[in-house]
Parts: sequence; structure tokens; C-alpha cells
Amino acid sequence: MNRYLLSMNDLSHEDIESLLATARVDFLDLSKRDIKKVPTLRGRTVIDLFYEKSTRTSTSFELAGKRLSADVINVKADSSAVGKGESLKDTTLTLNAYRPDIIVIRHPHVGAAAFVSRFTEAHVINAGDGMGEHPTQCLLDIFSMQQEFGELKGLKVAIVGDILHSRVARSNIIGFQKMGMEVTLVAPPALLPRGVEAFGAEVSHSLDALAGMDMIYLLRMQKERHEGANFLPSLREYIASYQVGLRHVGKGQRVLHPGPINRGVEIEGALADSQENLILHQVEAGLAVRMAVLYRIIVDNAVADSAAESEPATGEAGSTGSPEKSDTGKSAAQVEEPVKNIHAVG
Amino acid sequence: MSGVFVKTVVSADQLGRTIVRIAHEILEKDQDAGQLALVGIHTRGAHLAHRLAELMAQFTGQEIPVGELDISLYRDDVAARGSLTVRSRLAQPEIKGTNLPFGIDDMTIVLVDDVLFTGRTIRAAIDALFDYGRPSCIQLAVLVDRGHRELPIRPDFVGKNLPTSTEERINVRLSEVDGEDEVVLEATREGIEEGQRQ
Repeated sequence: MNRYLLSMNDLSHEDIESLLATARVDFLDLSKRDIKKVPTLRGRTVIDLFYEKSTRTSTSFELAGKRLSADVINVKADSSAVGKGESLKDTTLTLNAYRPDIIVIRHPHVGAAAFVSRFTEAHVINAGDGMGEHPTQCLLDIFSMQQEFGELKGLKVAIVGDILHSRVARSNIIGFQKMGMEVTLVAPPALLPRGVEAFGAEVSHSLDALAGMDMIYLLRMQKERHEGANFLPSLREYIASYQVGLRHVGKGQRVLHPGPINRGVEIEGALADSQENLILHQVEAGLAVRMAVLYRIIVDNAVADSAAESEPATGEAGSTGSPEKSDTGKSAAQVEEPVKNIHAVG
Repeated sequence: MSGVFVKTVVSADQLGRTIVRIAHEILEKDQDAGQLALVGIHTRGAHLAHRLAELMAQFTGQEIPVGELDISLYRDDVAARGSLTVRSRLAQPEIKGTNLPFGIDDMTIVLVDDVLFTGRTIRAAIDALFDYGRPSCIQLAVLVDRGHRELPIRPDFVGKNLPTSTEERINVRLSEVDGEDEVVLEATREGIEEGQRQ
């Protein structure tokens, strides 16, 4: 893994496979033990900086850090100095003074995680930046799919719902395609981003497209991001055309949803309660996958750094040789990329 | 670190006889086979543990439970410097984790590893075991003891003592992983130069 996990573009297909193998082999069964803890990140500090409400992501990142024996601090925007008007830059600089090893950030604005990475020496993990990306959600989705289907190459997946406002959709389109899956986006035109063709996915405006899919990935209607604009004539009309129920799910098809689900909106109650959905598997996977991300972002970079120390003669010493100085320069170059990508399609 | 000098120090025949001897020694020392289990440390320790258990079952007619322990998450050098051992393990396509298909509470656990060197691996293995339960006793069986301990750890069962310099390497090769059974001593260029200076 790189120093930062800001976008699914930061990971190659091999990186994803290796990361998920770590999650499967090392961490999936850990939660079944009496002592649900390993000493791996003892003495390390993880700061979870959350500017948006979250249950799954913040709980699982906190638990993941604690089960690796790291010291985990949770900073929630509504109960911190952010409410007193401190900027994201100043909050980051302040937290950086405590020398954390990892900062996990969730923020309502695109590019926030990349921005934070410019003001800290810590590893930065994007836990959702506005309508930008949510890479660890994508990783746990791929993990759940692998647990169910094994090899994913060539499988067909439809992503259905509010794609325009969904960071999960953005990360998943990138990630699913890296795994060799064929992605179809199903949504009313108003809930698709302009320039959606750039994603390289099929686009449909009807649930008829679900036939022949291996997986159906439902998204929550993100009403909080609609901000008064009328993306839909009415919710009732959306439900009539786009709500997915048991009758849409064929034999062998599986349904995923990042949560929280809105019963009766994007997902019919009966489907939410059925065996056809993998929603709780996804939640369980989230913990193992986030443990793997925290572990690998430390270990992989420690290996890279110690290799750079022992072989200073090999080229590109500037990027890895002296972490403190070169980081700012390197990260500035790195952060532009994911941000640009998001603007291009969103 | 290219080896310029490689010597077979234990042949396949010798290695087979050594494992048989260790199996007998374990049974001789641990009378109550019902409370006995073998736990091999990945990767070659695990294969050795399975071989020992098979032999012990032949000698006693009693199945001996075998587990496998992956100690990567318990190493003392993982987060500090990044462990190359961990790294190379992660690079393997099919990595296996810990598998203890029995409760270890009140059991006599014989840890099995191929080479005993600094003792740090064994320290990590003991820590890992305690997260799975409270064995009544932990013993250590190794195929090769090459010295240079950095911790107060000693083996209960030793296949062969091979005094080495720190510049040398001992590679235990097993047919399950490497296609053949042997123990080889590998000296590096640095090691030989070191020896010539002395």
C-alpha cells in the first residue's frame, strides 16, 4: 500500500487481492476468538476524525484499531473545536502535533482526505469525502462478493440508485472494474453524474437491466445531499420505478447495500429481511477489511522505509529517503490526482 | 545476499531418522498422550508437526491433535521496522493463517519449528498461544538449533545442534514445500570475508 488510501485508484488489482487475503487469513476469524486482540500495532496511535454522522464506518475503524492494540482517539466534529470555527487545516495541524500514525477522516467535502494528507506526517485513510470516494467501503464490498462468489472476473453487477451523490458508487465503479467485473449503472437520468460515460460502465434507466446480473448493489437515497434541488419529481415516483424487491431478484442473484438502508425506499422490506442479501456479511467484512487496511498501511510502508534506509544509493531517494521533508512535496502531487478525477465525472 | 557457498549438512535419510527420534522423545517425556497436542509454526514447522503427529500415531495408535500457528501478528519487528518475513508471506498468493482445531486449555502443547535462532519467533508463538487459551505446559521441539539466542529460551527436543556464525544461514528444506528433504548451510560472501579476516 502507498502512504495514503484516498481513492480506489491508489490500489492495483494485485494490491486489492493481497489486502483482502490479509483480511481473510489474519482478521476474519479473530472476532470469533475469546481474546479478540493482537499486539501488532501496540504503541501506534490512530485518530478517527469524523465530520459526518456514521455508525458502521466509525465503529468498525475504532474497533479495528483497538483489536490491533493501537491507541484510538475519536474526534467528532459536533463535540470538538470544529464547532468553534477551527478550519480543517488547523485541526489537522493540531492533531498532527500529537504525532499520530494514522488519521482516518470522514468529511462532507470532496478532496478533504487529500487536503488533510498535506498537513500531517501520518498515514491518511479516506473514510468518505462528500460525494468523492469511500475506498474502504469498496474493499469490504469486494471482500463480501469474493466470500460469496469466489473469483469475480467476468461477473456482472448493477449499481442501482442515487449514483450522482454516492461516493460509494464512485469507489465501487473503480474497484469493481479493477476486479474484472462488468458494471451497469441503473438510475433515473437526474441521479446520474454528467459525463457518466467516462466511468466506462453500461448505463440503464430501468430495472429490467437487473435480469442477467450476478449481483445487485443498492444505494441509499441521499436526501441530505439533495439540498432543496429537485432531483426527483417525487419519492413515490422513484419508489414505483426503482425500488428493488424480492420479485426483482432472480435465482442465484445476490443483493448488496452499503447501509444504512431505508426500508420501503430503495429496498423493499421483504428483501431487506431475506437471505438473498449480503448486508450483514458486508458489515462483518468491514471490520476485518479495516483491520487489514490499518495493518498493511503501517507494515508495507515500514518495509519500504527500512529498504530505502539500507539502500540509499538506489534512485528516487527523494520520495522515500527522508520522509519528513519530502512528504509534503510528494503528497501535494498525489492529492491533485484523485480530486481531478472526481471533478471530471461529478 | 547471494549464497556463494552451500553445503548439505543433513541429508534426507538423516533428516527422516531425526524426526523419528524426536517423535519418540516427545512420547517418552509426555506420558499422557491424551493431553498432548502439537502446534507447528508456519510454514515448515507446521509440516514438521504433521509428520511428527503421524509418526506418533503409528507408535501409540492414538491420534495426536495438530495445529498450525501463524505468528506474523505477534512479531516484535512488524510495526517498528516492518518485517521482511511478514512481507514475503504477504507476497505469497495462498497464505495460510492460524488453525487450532482444538481447545488448548490445560493441554501440553509442543511447539514445533524448523530452526531455532534468536528465540524471537518462539517468544511470539508463546504470546500467540496464550491468546487462544491457557495450556498447562508449553514445550519446544526444533529440527535445528543454530545458537545465537537473544532471549532466555531453550528447546526441549532438538534434532541437531549446528553451531553457526551469524553471517551464515541455515535452510531447512522439506519435500512438502521445497520438493526434497535436507538441511543446507549457506555462507554469504560477507561471511567468508569475515572468516578470512579472523
